[in-house]
Amino acid sequence: MTDRTSDTASAIPAPPLAERLKAQAPYWTVPALAVLGLVLIADVSTWGTLTLAGLAMGMLIFIMASGLTLVFGLMDVLNFGHGAFISIGAFVGATVLLALGAWTGSDSLALNLGAVLLAIVAAMLATGGLGWFFERVIVKPVYGAHLKQILVTMGGLIVAEELIHLIWGPNQIPLPRPEVLKGSWVVGDVIVEKYRVLAVVLGAAIFVGLRWALVHTKLGLLIRAGVENGEMVEALGYRVRRLFVLVFVAGSALAGLGGVMWGLYDEIITAQMGLNILVLVFIVVIIGGLGSVEGCFIGALLVGLMANYTGFLAPKVALGSNILLMVVILMWRPRGLLPAGKG
Amino acid sequence: MLRTLLSEDFPRSRALTAVVLLIVVGLALAPFAFPGIRSLNTAATICIFIVLVASYDLLLGYTGIVSFAHTMFFGIGAYGVALALKAFPASWGAVALGAGAGLVLAMALALVIGLFALRVQAIFFAMVTLAVASAFLILASQLSGITGGEDGLTYRVPRELSPAFKLISAKVMDVRVDGRVVSYYLIFGSALALVLGLLRVVNSPFGRVLQAIRENEFRAEAIGYRTAFYRTAATCLSAGAAALAGVLMALWTKYTGPDTTLSLSIMIDILLMVVIGGMGTIYGAVVGATLFVLAKNYLQVLMASAAETTAGVPLLSELVSPDRWLLWLGILFVLSVYFFPAGIVGRLRGRV
Amino acid sequence: MADLLRLEGVHTHIGQYHILQGVDLVVPEGELTMLLGRNGAGKTTTLRTVMGMWRASAGELGFAGTDLKPLATPDIARLGVGYVPENMGVFAALTVRENMILAARDGAMDEGRLDWIFSLFPALKKFWGLPAGNLSGGQKQMLSIARAMIEPRRLILIDEPSKGLAPAIVDALIEAMRELKRTATTILMVEQNFRMAQALGDGVAVMDDGRVVHAGRMADLAADPDLQARLLGLSLGAHQ
Repeated sequence: MTDRTSDTASAIPAPPLAERLKAQAPYWTVPALAVLGLVLIADVSTWGTLTLAGLAMGMLIFIMASGLTLVFGLMDVLNFGHGAFISIGAFVGATVLLALGAWTGSDSLALNLGAVLLAIVAAMLATGGLGWFFERVIVKPVYGAHLKQILVTMGGLIVAEELIHLIWGPNQIPLPRPEVLKGSWVVGDVIVEKYRVLAVVLGAAIFVGLRWALVHTKLGLLIRAGVENGEMVEALGYRVRRLFVLVFVAGSALAGLGGVMWGLYDEIITAQMGLNILVLVFIVVIIGGLGSVEGCFIGALLVGLMANYTGFLAPKVALGSNILLMVVILMWRPRGLLPAGKG
Repeated sequence: MLRTLLSEDFPRSRALTAVVLLIVVGLALAPFAFPGIRSLNTAATICIFIVLVASYDLLLGYTGIVSFAHTMFFGIGAYGVALALKAFPASWGAVALGAGAGLVLAMALALVIGLFALRVQAIFFAMVTLAVASAFLILASQLSGITGGEDGLTYRVPRELSPAFKLISAKVMDVRVDGRVVSYYLIFGSALALVLGLLRVVNSPFGRVLQAIRENEFRAEAIGYRTAFYRTAATCLSAGAAALAGVLMALWTKYTGPDTTLSLSIMIDILLMVVIGGMGTIYGAVVGATLFVLAKNYLQVLMASAAETTAGVPLLSELVSPDRWLLWLGILFVLSVYFFPAGIVGRLRGRV
Repeated sequence: MADLLRLEGVHTHIGQYHILQGVDLVVPEGELTMLLGRNGAGKTTTLRTVMGMWRASAGELGFAGTDLKPLATPDIARLGVGYVPENMGVFAALTVRENMILAARDGAMDEGRLDWIFSLFPALKKFWGLPAGNLSGGQKQMLSIARAMIEPRRLILIDEPSKGLAPAIVDALIEAMRELKRTATTILMVEQNFRMAQALGDGVAVMDDGRVVHAGRMADLAADPDLQARLLGLSLGAHQ
């Protein structure tokens, strides 16, 4: 009865073409938007510059949003405090970078990147630690109560912003990029900003790394299973709570990393930047589908491209265009592009 | 008669009754009891915020919906009147037109948002409202041709509300009863009416269904209530009341701008007031708004002098500096959510 | 035969609802005990209380001498209790293989056991590398049971495995369960399908309104149509 040598692929009927297309559609949205942008902008070199800018921005948003989507997907916790991690990461990183002025001012790529790396590490340690504190003290007591979570994490965000004012003062802090990362290359007619290339590379690396960890490690397996059905994972003998703390801390650290990178992208940091970016992060998380790193990635690229295209075509409605994007996608897929969570 | 007026929703606690009475009487007599521009301004602001926060309580405390778009409706009402008074000569007709337009737009927008919320998970709603409110804020700042951009709009109000107008030629209790006083009583009266109206709404059968939905939406749906309808209706009512608060604001300050109506910090203030005051009580809005506005205006003075006296001690001086007042409020807010979920009103009523 | 699982006077409240109102139940080691009763009697709640998903508000809950009441679900699972829930709890986005890896907990899956499982459920081998969401209802149920079988467990709780499945699949399940029984694993199974219950049960307990109203041997119950009618409102032949 059992034929153990049977070819598995041929024994299972393939799903109909329509179904397969439907499942793959979300992946095509990014190229589709890029093409739409090309049509509307008409000029290839401008489009090229804007697309690169959009991808870079999208990557940075992805870095910050990935943690939030996993935290929500895994444990149903909506953390407004995530914005605080972004801001604090930016400020800690900035402090390190400004202190390493000698390194960032030099012409050596190694020293420049070294300074950025140190800033990132410092930011991630600070926000990771803060994330741990946040989870234990602020979030844990209100598990399961969405309303209270929103209020309490919002309160945490307010307090964190004020603490930034306390420690670093009320003003914006300009954050110049390290020497080697300033400026751009010109490829054909397309302006390629050096820093944006770094952002794209870093973002892609983190995406690949996260995806690898989720698919090829036991921990990643647990997270993916937990996003679907945390109770069943517990019934299999795993302490999901510990898993959650880990994901929360990792997400907070990523937010800090994103904050530093964003600060360098804008070349200025303020205490409110976290809250402002949080709006974009929310849009990305909603578009992508809660709990899905892939969806988050696609959503972030869409938002980045959209912001840059409309920034060029119709600057006044830039943020509105992203909300429109969100509404359109939700009308098409009410749970987001690639929702991973509980049904 | 008091029963009908309050829709049978009494303070239910001696301490609370005393506090509410104090507030109402204080506000009623403000122009005479606390003469001076600054105190009258504080009183008017309190009236306006009481309405704004109470309308938010309808949504948050009674229906259990978290929305960050409330300041958007506030702003729509204010800008409605502002634009009307800018475009047309300052008359009551213009005010009515502006207020009406603002009210209709706010409720229509609330309807759209409410319907949209049905298509998506409940938890998305908070995030979506944050995004929409931010977009609206940016829009208002950018369409400077119409809205005056970052600087906002200034305009004239109807003659009866301006300081030049004298209602009673003689002074009453040493106070000139001019347009400003008239203006104040318009604000006070409207606010009183709106709050009583909200009390009526939350104590009606409609209000009870809202509370049932807040407690357990599945159950309410199972019993047969179309929760979608009720939630949308609550959103619209709440938005309408907020817009009317905006109208009052526009009339009082004769200035409307993104920073006084649409900013996120006002939204945060509303959240603070409703939670610290006590969610789901309406009285919480009264107490919370009063406390908050008084603290904002007068506590900061206190903090400033405290900062001066402690100038020697580095960290301490920083901590009590009036710029830090939001820090302490934020901490108080977080503590309230944990330890006093029923707010001040709950505490006074003997429940935590 | 020792009692592996023992419930005495267990009460469970869910919110304001008093679901279990004093459940007395013993599950002898090495046997398959059937838990029968109509909808809403509290059968699923009993299993979930044992598994720690609901807190028992009163009573004694002992597993091989350990008090289960204060323990959290993961700790109960680590004592050797397996759980096959009513909705199967299969992770649709994960492959069949990944589902099984999770169930194997500490290390690699035992080859011998895996072969044994494949012999009982060939479909699992067929779909090994594919998302579990692609499986049919019956296949998902098999996966869910396979997860409980991949490691030796001291006690397996199974909630309505035949629910919504075609009779032919139910037959396959009964075969698989008989195999499992041969390994002398203790099983507590909730079922509404009396045919399955009769085929597999050694002991039986019938619940109604949050209490166990009858406990005894399945053979005795099967031989007594009047008792069946009284307890279950049906008789052997009528229920499929």
